[in-house]
Amino acid sequence: MTTIQKKATIGQTNPIAHLSPEDIELIAKELDDIRRSVIDTRGERDARYIRRVIKTQRSVELGSRIVLLASIFPPAWVVGTAGLSISKILENMEIGHNILHGQWDWMRDPKIHSTTWEWDSATPADQWKHAHNELHHTYTNVVGKDNDLGYGIMRVDEDQPWHPMHLGQPLWNFINALFFEYGIAAYDLELRGQLRRGKHRSEKFKREAKAVLGKIRKQVAKDYVVHPTLSMVTGSFFPTMLANFTANTVRNLWSHSVIMCGHFPEGVETFETRSIDGETKPQWYLRQMLGSANISGSKLMHIMTGNLSHQIEHHLFPDLPSNRYGEIAPKVKALFERYDLDYCARPLPQQVYSAWHKVVRLSLPNGWLDTTNAGNLPSQLKRLYEMTTGGPKVRRALQARMTQEHRRSLAEAA
Amino acid sequence: MAPGNSWRTRALKLAEAATTPLVPGDFLDLFAPLRAGAELRGRVESVHPETADAATLVIRPGADWDGHVPGQYVRVGVDVDGVRCWRAYSLTHGPRADGRISITVKAVPDGHVSPYLVRHTRPGTLLHLEQAAGEFVLPTTGPRKLLFITAGSGITPVIGMLRNLYPATDNGVLRLTRSAAYDVTVLHVAPSEPDSIFLDDLRRLEAAGAIRLVARYDDQHGILDLDHLDALVPDLGERTTFACGPGGLLDAITSHHEERGLPLFTEQFRVATVVTGEGGPVSFEKTGTTVECDGARPILEQAEEAGVLMPSGCRMGICYTCVLPLREGAVRDLRTGELTTAIAGETNTDGVVIQTCINAAAGPCRIGH
Repeated sequence: MTTIQKKATIGQTNPIAHLSPEDIELIAKELDDIRRSVIDTRGERDARYIRRVIKTQRSVELGSRIVLLASIFPPAWVVGTAGLSISKILENMEIGHNILHGQWDWMRDPKIHSTTWEWDSATPADQWKHAHNELHHTYTNVVGKDNDLGYGIMRVDEDQPWHPMHLGQPLWNFINALFFEYGIAAYDLELRGQLRRGKHRSEKFKREAKAVLGKIRKQVAKDYVVHPTLSMVTGSFFPTMLANFTANTVRNLWSHSVIMCGHFPEGVETFETRSIDGETKPQWYLRQMLGSANISGSKLMHIMTGNLSHQIEHHLFPDLPSNRYGEIAPKVKALFERYDLDYCARPLPQQVYSAWHKVVRLSLPNGWLDTTNAGNLPSQLKRLYEMTTGGPKVRRALQARMTQEHRRSLAEAA
Repeated sequence: MAPGNSWRTRALKLAEAATTPLVPGDFLDLFAPLRAGAELRGRVESVHPETADAATLVIRPGADWDGHVPGQYVRVGVDVDGVRCWRAYSLTHGPRADGRISITVKAVPDGHVSPYLVRHTRPGTLLHLEQAAGEFVLPTTGPRKLLFITAGSGITPVIGMLRNLYPATDNGVLRLTRSAAYDVTVLHVAPSEPDSIFLDDLRRLEAAGAIRLVARYDDQHGILDLDHLDALVPDLGERTTFACGPGGLLDAITSHHEERGLPLFTEQFRVATVVTGEGGPVSFEKTGTTVECDGARPILEQAEEAGVLMPSGCRMGICYTCVLPLREGAVRDLRTGELTTAIAGETNTDGVVIQTCINAAAGPCRIGH
C-alpha cells in the first residue's frame, strides 16, 4: 500500500483518478440523501432495538455471573465463560461503542446517552471519545494523524522507512490483541509520547492517567477480586477468576480482529497528512469510502461486531443508529459501483488474514515478501540479516536493489 | 452509624464493585422497575376515554411515590417516536386507597405528546415520573366559599380537588363531614358541550347537590365576557377564586380580580412557547456571556469569536465532543434544517443536548455552559 497521492507517481493506479470534482460533489449529495432518509425515519423501532440489545446483554451477563458462582463444576465454567464472553463483546461493540458515538443521543434518554455512558473497558469513556470520535473519525487513515492505524507501534505503509525494530510487529500486534483494552487505554492517553517527555509531562496527562488507573482498578477488582470472592461459597475462587480472564481475552481478541478488519486489509487506502489541508466535506466522504472495509456475514455476525462489519457505512455516518447500517448498505454499495470505486467487503476469515498478511508484509522491508520464494530463500534471508544488522546506509542500498527487482518481476508478470 | 446501617452500606458497596461500570439498579431494573430506590416510574394500568379527544390514564406509581395533594400536577416523561418528552399533567384523583394515581390528557390539535398519550398508550406502558408538585391546592384552613373557573383542560386539577372532597361511589356521591363546610361553584368554559371533559362528573356532583355548576360553551353562549361574571356568579364578592386555563383567560381574570380586590389563585401549565426565527441572543449560564448569533453559522463558531471557551472536536457534526445542554430555546441543524427546541419545564430538566458545531440559533437560546 502507498498513500493514495503517491500511487500515480510510482506507476500504481490511483483509484480516484477517474473522478472529476463534480463527481465527488455528486457522490456527497447522494450520501447526504441516504443520511437524510435514515434521520427522517428514526423512531420507536430503533429505540426498541437498542433497549432490547441492552436488556439482552444485561440478562446474559447476570445469568453468566450467577452460573460462574459454581464454576468449579466444568459445565458451569464452560457455559458461564461463554455467556460472559458474549456479554462483554455485546457491551463493548454494539452497545458501548455506538452509544459513545452519540448514535442514540436523539432519544434524549439520559441513561442511554454519549455524555453519561460508561463502559466495561480499561479506558474511561471520556478519553476514548476524544481519541476515537474526534481523532480517528476525523483523520481516518491519514498516516501520522490517525492513531488507529497501527496504534503508533506499527509500520502501516510502504512510505514509512523500514527499521529492524519492525520485524517484531507481528508479535507486538498479537500482544496488543490479547490485552487490547489496555492498549487502547494507553494510546488514548498518548502514553508513548508522554513517557518520552520524562518530567515534562502535561497536567492534562497526569489528570487523565489518574482517571485511567482509577478505572482499571475498578475493572480489575470486579473481575479478579469481587466475583471470585463471591464464588468462594462453592470453592470456585480460581475457576471464576480464570473464567473472567478468559472472557476478557476473548473479547479483546474479537474486538481487535474486528477493528483490524475495518481499516487494515489489503485494498484499503491510506492518505498523506498534507492531503487533508483544506479538505471539503465531499472529499472527507471520499476518504472514508476508500479508507474502510466491511465484513460480510450473517445478522448475528453484524450484531457481534457492533455493526462495525458495516465499517464503510459507519465511517460515512458515525452517528446513525447502528441497526440502520445494514439497511443502507445496498444503497452505499450501488453508489460505489456507479462511480467505479472498490467496495471492500469480504467474510471475516479473509479480512483477518488479509490484515495480518499486511502486518507481516510491512514488518519486512518493502518488496521482501513478494520477491521471496523457496528457491531464493537463503539469499533473501542473508539480505534481511544484512539489512537488520547493517546501518542506515546498508539498508538504503539493499532496499533500492530490492525495489528494482520487485518492479522488474511485476513488469515481467504483466 | 447503626450496625445494621453499616452492614447495608457495605453490602451496597460490594454490589457496586460487582456491577461497575453499571450500578446494581441497572440489573434490578430488569425485574422490578417500580421498586423502592429505583428512578421514579409508573406503569399504566388502564386507559379510559373521556371524550373523543381526551383519556384518563390510571397509573401505578413506583414505590418511592411520595403522594400528592388534590390539585397538584405531576411531570410525566414519555417516549414519543422513541424520543423522551416531558409534560406536566394534573392528578385527577385525590389520593386513592389503592395507591394508584391518574392523569387526564386532552389531545391538543397539532400537539406532539398529548395525542400520543391519548391514542397510543396501552396498559403496561412504563412512564417516567417526577414527584407531584404545584401550589394550586385546596386550602385546608381559611376560606371555604370557593369559585373554580376552568377553561378547557384547566378542569383537570379542579376535578382532582372535587373528587377528593366528594368521592363518587356506586351508590352516588359521598358527602363527607370533612367536606361539609365547603361551598363550591364551578364556572366551566369549553368550546362546545361535547368537547367538555369531565362534564359528566360535574353534572353528577351538581345533581348530588355538592356543587353549583355554571357551564358556558363558546358555540352556544359566545366567548366568556368577564364583565358578566357577577350575573353568572351573584355571590362573587364572597368567594375565593381558583382559575385554571390558558394564559389569555388567566391574565383577564387576574386584572378583573385585582381591580375589585378579590382573592385569586391561578394555575397555567404551558408557561412558555419557543419563538423560532433566524438567529438570536445565545446566553451561556456559567460564563455569563450572551452572544448575538446569526442563523447562518454554527453557535460554536460565533461563541468562539466572542471569546467563549467552547468544547470542540471535528467541527463537522460527527464526533459529539462539542455537545452542550440547551436549557431553553431553539436551534436549527445547518445540514438538514431540522429544528430542536428546549422548553423549560417540558423537555428534560437538564435541557436537550445539542451539537454546537452544526446547529445555529433559531431564536433566543440559553445554554448550560
